[in-house]
Amino acid sequence: MIASTQLCTFLLDGHLFGVDAQTVQEVIRYQEMTRVPMAPPAVRGLINLRGQIVTAIDLRTRLGMKPRENGKRPMNVVVRSDDGAVSLLVDQIGDVIEVDAENFESPPDTLQGPSRELVQGAYKLNGRLLLLLNCAEAVQLVTE
Amino acid sequence: MSFDDAELLREFVVESQEHLCDVENQLLTLESQGDSMDVGLVNKVFRAVHSIKGAAGFMGLETLGGLAHRSEEVLNKLRNKELRPTSVVINTLLKAADQLKALLDQIENSNEMDVTPHLVALQSIMAGEETATSSTVAVEPTNENARYEIGISSETLREFLIESFDNLEQAERDLLALERHPGADDLLNSVFRSIHTIKGSAGFLGYLKAEKLTHAAESVLGSIRSGNFPFDESVGERMLKTIDAIRRILHSIESEGHEGTDVTDELAIQMEDFLQEKLSEMPAKGTQKCRPTQKSASSQKATVAAVTPSDEPLEPVQAQRSQTDSEVSTTSVKPTPAHLNTSKIETAQAPEEAPKAPTPTRASPASAASASSTTESSASDSTIRVDVALLDKLMTRVGELVLARNQILQFNSTINEPALHSATQRLNLITTELQEGVMKTRMQPIGTVWSKFPRLVRDLATICEKEVRIEMEGKETELDKTIIEAIKDPLTHLVRNTVDHGIERPEVRTQNGKPTEGCLTLRAYHEGGQVNIEICDDGAGLNVGRIKAKAVEKGLMTHEQVARMADRDVGNLIFLPGFSTAEKVSNVSGRGVGMDVVKTNIEKIGGTVDLQSKAGLGTTIKIKIPLTLAIIPALIITSDSDRYAIPQVNLMELVRLEGEESRTSIEWIQGAPVYRLRGRLLPLVYLRNELGIPTDDASKNDIVNIVVLRADDRQFGLVVDAINDSEEIVVKPLSKQLKNVSIYSGTTIMGDGRVALILDVMGIAQSAHVVTGTKERAVSDSNERTTANNSNMQTLLVLGVGPNRRFALPIAQVTRLEKIAINKVERADHQEVVQYRGEILPLIRLSDTLGVESANHPEGFMDVVVYSEEGRSVGLVVDQIVDIVKTELTSTRPTRRAGLTQSAVINGHVTDLLDLPAVIRMVDPTFFQSTLNA
Repeated sequence: MIASTQLCTFLLDGHLFGVDAQTVQEVIRYQEMTRVPMAPPAVRGLINLRGQIVTAIDLRTRLGMKPRENGKRPMNVVVRSDDGAVSLLVDQIGDVIEVDAENFESPPDTLQGPSRELVQGAYKLNGRLLLLLNCAEAVQLVTE
Repeated sequence: MSFDDAELLREFVVESQEHLCDVENQLLTLESQGDSMDVGLVNKVFRAVHSIKGAAGFMGLETLGGLAHRSEEVLNKLRNKELRPTSVVINTLLKAADQLKALLDQIENSNEMDVTPHLVALQSIMAGEETATSSTVAVEPTNENARYEIGISSETLREFLIESFDNLEQAERDLLALERHPGADDLLNSVFRSIHTIKGSAGFLGYLKAEKLTHAAESVLGSIRSGNFPFDESVGERMLKTIDAIRRILHSIESEGHEGTDVTDELAIQMEDFLQEKLSEMPAKGTQKCRPTQKSASSQKATVAAVTPSDEPLEPVQAQRSQTDSEVSTTSVKPTPAHLNTSKIETAQAPEEAPKAPTPTRASPASAASASSTTESSASDSTIRVDVALLDKLMTRVGELVLARNQILQFNSTINEPALHSATQRLNLITTELQEGVMKTRMQPIGTVWSKFPRLVRDLATICEKEVRIEMEGKETELDKTIIEAIKDPLTHLVRNTVDHGIERPEVRTQNGKPTEGCLTLRAYHEGGQVNIEICDDGAGLNVGRIKAKAVEKGLMTHEQVARMADRDVGNLIFLPGFSTAEKVSNVSGRGVGMDVVKTNIEKIGGTVDLQSKAGLGTTIKIKIPLTLAIIPALIITSDSDRYAIPQVNLMELVRLEGEESRTSIEWIQGAPVYRLRGRLLPLVYLRNELGIPTDDASKNDIVNIVVLRADDRQFGLVVDAINDSEEIVVKPLSKQLKNVSIYSGTTIMGDGRVALILDVMGIAQSAHVVTGTKERAVSDSNERTTANNSNMQTLLVLGVGPNRRFALPIAQVTRLEKIAINKVERADHQEVVQYRGEILPLIRLSDTLGVESANHPEGFMDVVVYSEEGRSVGLVVDQIVDIVKTELTSTRPTRRAGLTQSAVINGHVTDLLDLPAVIRMVDPTFFQSTLNA
């Protein structure tokens, strides 16, 4: 692993998450979207991003967290994936933080649920944990 | 370096590059001219290289100068006719020229670059030709050098593969034509040239197997060309086999990077033996002409060079030139996307159609340049190969531009600003033209798919012991690339089936008084924004009895059902899954899978398949497909305030139920809603249910909108909240996360920039179980059609006049139905008329003519039935257009009233059938006379 990485951070239900800044295409405010009935629950809708149709995945749903309070509008973190751009819906955008590999630790076995597969580990920052999200995994949805 | 003047250096580089540009083409021309090469041209090349050498020496560019010097030496030998311009020689020179270019590109470091392989290659050519007159020696070392060399660049390899696949296909086509016209020298020459080109490139790139094989093939062809023995079927067979083997090698090179072990040298040796055998059959000529081949017996190496092209008598340059001239003038080269190994651009005429047709030209710059002489360069200059991915990207961008344009148009209508209006107008126009242009670049002639068929048919016919000729019409008909890809397999299957099942064995054909050779015709043409493809044969036609029996046997239908079926509909039974009448399963077809797959695949791209067959005379299968998939017409509907698009191809009709009707006319069969559409039960599917949206009580009141859709031969009604409009939409694929949701087929962006989902009608039908009990519904549907075809069945337009009188007339007599505003009615010549489509349309009020009480038209519009006869029209004014019914006329009673033929009960109402000509005559006795006089 490279000694230091830049992570684009965001908040989800009070937790600080981060994804590799390299994979982030752009961050945009809340967009009107078209809902997709019968789609997997994490799919919140489709966004027209300058002519490109982007699927918006609500990370709260994806990580099994409780839904956002009414009236709170999520932000879009648009990431590149094998299948084109995908938007991750998050509560709030944080800073781009440089992290060191030596502060990294794998998640404890006690972490269960959907987070188990999606959280690759935690960076121990000063007084706070920064959870590293497995972006490629997060955009994989299995349709039932 | 020993020079300071940077300016001088730059000039030298530019000038030398220009020299080299010409050199390349000149060398290729020399190669194609063979022994009859133009010495003047050699001199030109010589001079160019010489001046590079001179200047390089002056500037102290030793490496460059050295390489130029060595090339010059070879050219000198060429000039003095000590060397022949064989492909090996030319290729080595070309490579050297490439290296010179590379050196020029990095002129500062040129002295440090290693050009030894080239020097060695050039040297060995010199040496080879000096030590032995045979070019054998030259071939071997060059190959080794080629492999030593820096490695073949992927670009070169790609070009080699594309070109060789093209050449193989060309050779194959020509061979098939040659079988038909064994004496055609131009075809033979064309095959020779194609094979020779492959040989040259393969040898140069160090693909020994391919080279050996092509060489062996070339030897045989050469021998035929020299008149040693005639071209016959056995030769054709072997040649085609060789072509297949070469193709396998090329595929292996493409995927594995080497020639593979699949093809052994065995074939080449067999070929040699075959040649010997043939030659020994004609000893008189053989001894005289085939000296090189005798050598081949002595050593394996010698076989490689047994008959080099230069040993062959070449036709005079003059003849070749004039031929090429005609090629250029008769073929029009269009810019069409080219794609590695799948797409070939052809402007060729079918060799079968025109036995003496000029050699087809392909618009590949590489092959065109190497194929023959200089005249062709003009054709290759006007076309380029473009990566399909690039075109796709361009297409996407244009799609976005279309959407942006739509948005601006919407915006424009709300703002009153003349300057904006005109700018928008221009944008609109340009966008439309750009869209059309880009669509055109993706178009390919259907001939690209068809070109495989002559070979397929030939091979199949041999296996089935039949004689089949294939004819093609409308090869140049163009289709979008994606559609071309999609129809490839279905078409192949149909052609296969036709040869196997459709066309009879020669002895059967003779018995039936037909020529022994069966004919398979492929026809393609544009019609109404669609492409029609027909596959016709003059074979036995479908055996209706056998199909019926089989349908019963397979449990697809009952005896009663088949007994009632019209022959026409029986034909379409073969598209049912699991149907096959072939008595034995051959390895060609007959396993009972296929025809239904053909149908499904064609329908998947929005097409239809129809089969018509006449016993003893043949079968015609007609396929209709759209031109493109990227932009489709669609109906936009709303469900729970979200918009969805439904592809227009699936749409049958729209039904709107209002007021009382909306509550009463939907009936339920145990929880399954149905609607009686013209007497037939139409299963209803509520879109809200399918989308999992709770039913909104408010919307459930007065209006029911039913979109009648067709999925796999069945109809169903999709109940939606509102029907908006039809629009052309740009189809975008679903993201990976949504691929598994079966009810959508794609997405699109609406004019306001919002995303809308495209409904997959088939998927909805499946998820709503409309299409589960597969067979019996399909069959009962076709029953319906059968009854519809009965002679008593008529489609009638039912009209209402006054409060309760009903009239009907055959729909065939109706040209159009119009709503005309009452205030548009004018009077002329004591008659009511309206201006209609630039003409004066006289009106006949049905109520007045027949003396029936008429209702008022409070809405200010009246319904008019337009009837036309020989360019003259008349409008029949009625109070109400009630319905269109398909019915069998029962309980009729003749009438004596003028203008009526009979009375009948239609949908529970006594209805008078109109005698339209009589009605018209009552008002205007001259109407029909004048058409007669006119």
